[in-house]
Amino acid sequence: MTLLTRRGLIGSIGAGAGGLLLSGCDKIVAAPKVRDVIGLGEGLTMRAQRLVTDRTALAREFTASDMSPVFRTNGNTMPESDAYQAHMTDNFANWRLVIDGMVRRPAALSLAQIKAMPTRTQITRHDCVEGWSAIGKWTGLPLKLALDAVGVLPSARYIVFHCADDFDGDPYYESIDLIDAFHPQTILAWAMNDQPLSVRHGAPLRLRVERQLGYKQAKYVMRIEAVDSLQRIGAGKGGYWEDSADYQWYAGI
Amino acid sequence: MSSEPLEPPTGGDLVYRQRRPVRAWHWLNAFTVIVMLMSGLMIFNAHPQLYWGQYGANHEAPWLEIGSADGRGYLQLGPVTLPTTGVLGQVGGQEIAFPPLVTIPTSYDLATARAWHFFFAWLLVVPGLLFWAWGIATRHVQNDLAPTPEELRPRNLWQDIKDHARLRFHGGEKARRYNVLQKLSYVGVIFGLLPAMVLTGLTMSPDIDAAWPWLLDLFGGRQSARSIHFICAALLVAFILVHLLMVVLAGPFNELRSIITGWYRLPKERAE
Repeated sequence: MTLLTRRGLIGSIGAGAGGLLLSGCDKIVAAPKVRDVIGLGEGLTMRAQRLVTDRTALAREFTASDMSPVFRTNGNTMPESDAYQAHMTDNFANWRLVIDGMVRRPAALSLAQIKAMPTRTQITRHDCVEGWSAIGKWTGLPLKLALDAVGVLPSARYIVFHCADDFDGDPYYESIDLIDAFHPQTILAWAMNDQPLSVRHGAPLRLRVERQLGYKQAKYVMRIEAVDSLQRIGAGKGGYWEDSADYQWYAGI
Repeated sequence: MSSEPLEPPTGGDLVYRQRRPVRAWHWLNAFTVIVMLMSGLMIFNAHPQLYWGQYGANHEAPWLEIGSADGRGYLQLGPVTLPTTGVLGQVGGQEIAFPPLVTIPTSYDLATARAWHFFFAWLLVVPGLLFWAWGIATRHVQNDLAPTPEELRPRNLWQDIKDHARLRFHGGEKARRYNVLQKLSYVGVIFGLLPAMVLTGLTMSPDIDAAWPWLLDLFGGRQSARSIHFICAALLVAFILVHLLMVVLAGPFNELRSIITGWYRLPKERAE
């Protein structure tokens, strides 16, 4: 009886101390100053990685036999907006990719026009921030060619991808800097594994930026905008997940 | 450092055993490694499955999985599935691979865990490289850590294993130096586990893979690197537990004094 009581007492002291410790730890983690200091790591990591990575270093390209038998889908798999549904119904015949912002000649390209432009095909690994990877084959228009066609102004610093999908009304978007935008493997993919890009994987057009994680690979791209700052877009952190869950803008690690 | 006694020190003497860089690096790592382990477990929680090879996701069979089914937690290791409710997979009515007690932060937050993990990675890597450079330049590694050929002879190794199993620790002059099992475990951690952790961690970065594709060949793919990263973390935890156990068994006051102040009292020679 005494033993039980004593054990109970020790147990509750232990649980209490544990609880205090846990809430104390969470307070430290959540403190704005701590977040600021810890956040310095992102910029340091990006600069250090850029220092050791050639700007044009290519992500490994695999062979057909290395491909994932089934490529997992993630994020949104069916944009709900009426506009997108209408495009889907007529097989994207009236869909246009708008390229504007800080460019000399804004453009609106049809899917047929995009498919008529030069293509690049690459079998690459897709890495989710959560830890899994899948290998697939992507065919599309090198982003550099699209940007050269519209003429990016020298003052532009980022390329923003506005998407047709949303989470509870917040539209998906992503952004990359010009180093990645002009990288040879950065493409606007309209085919995957030798098939037209499926809706689940981002039809009609999906960004592939192979040296960054999955959340940068924006699906359902509707509009590409060249900007000098990310401040005025969304909540200003450069992407849907960056805004809503504090994911790092630089997703190269 | 004060002057050495003219006679060789014997049991009961206070000797200067741990130099300042050793002590500083020890305590920095004690903190850094624990933060990295705890934030790493939160990152693991985002996808509590491990695979071998270049790719691996929900359509592939994991070799390790921590999960929850019908309100019961389980650990699946190859063909074996162990019930782990209350410890892993299902804890306090919550479906989570590693429980809040051992993760940073305590509730699911992959972005914050990544921020902490990559910030503390710098505190692991930069001082680690400095320690390597200092250790080799001052011959601390060669003189104090590297086992001698004599120590590595099977008879000696076996003797040291038997001594440890019987809790017969060295005394007197002999205790000034690390024993061979200590040397092997320290060298194994400093030049084996820690660099393996860092390199497998870098192999998970898509940008580093583009710059240093040899990493993918070294570890057999990104998913293999992720698995090896986890196994090395588990070995590091095992090292820490044994290390703490040995401190307690060898005399925590004396051991703590030596790693805080550098001064260590040589245990008395054992009467055979």
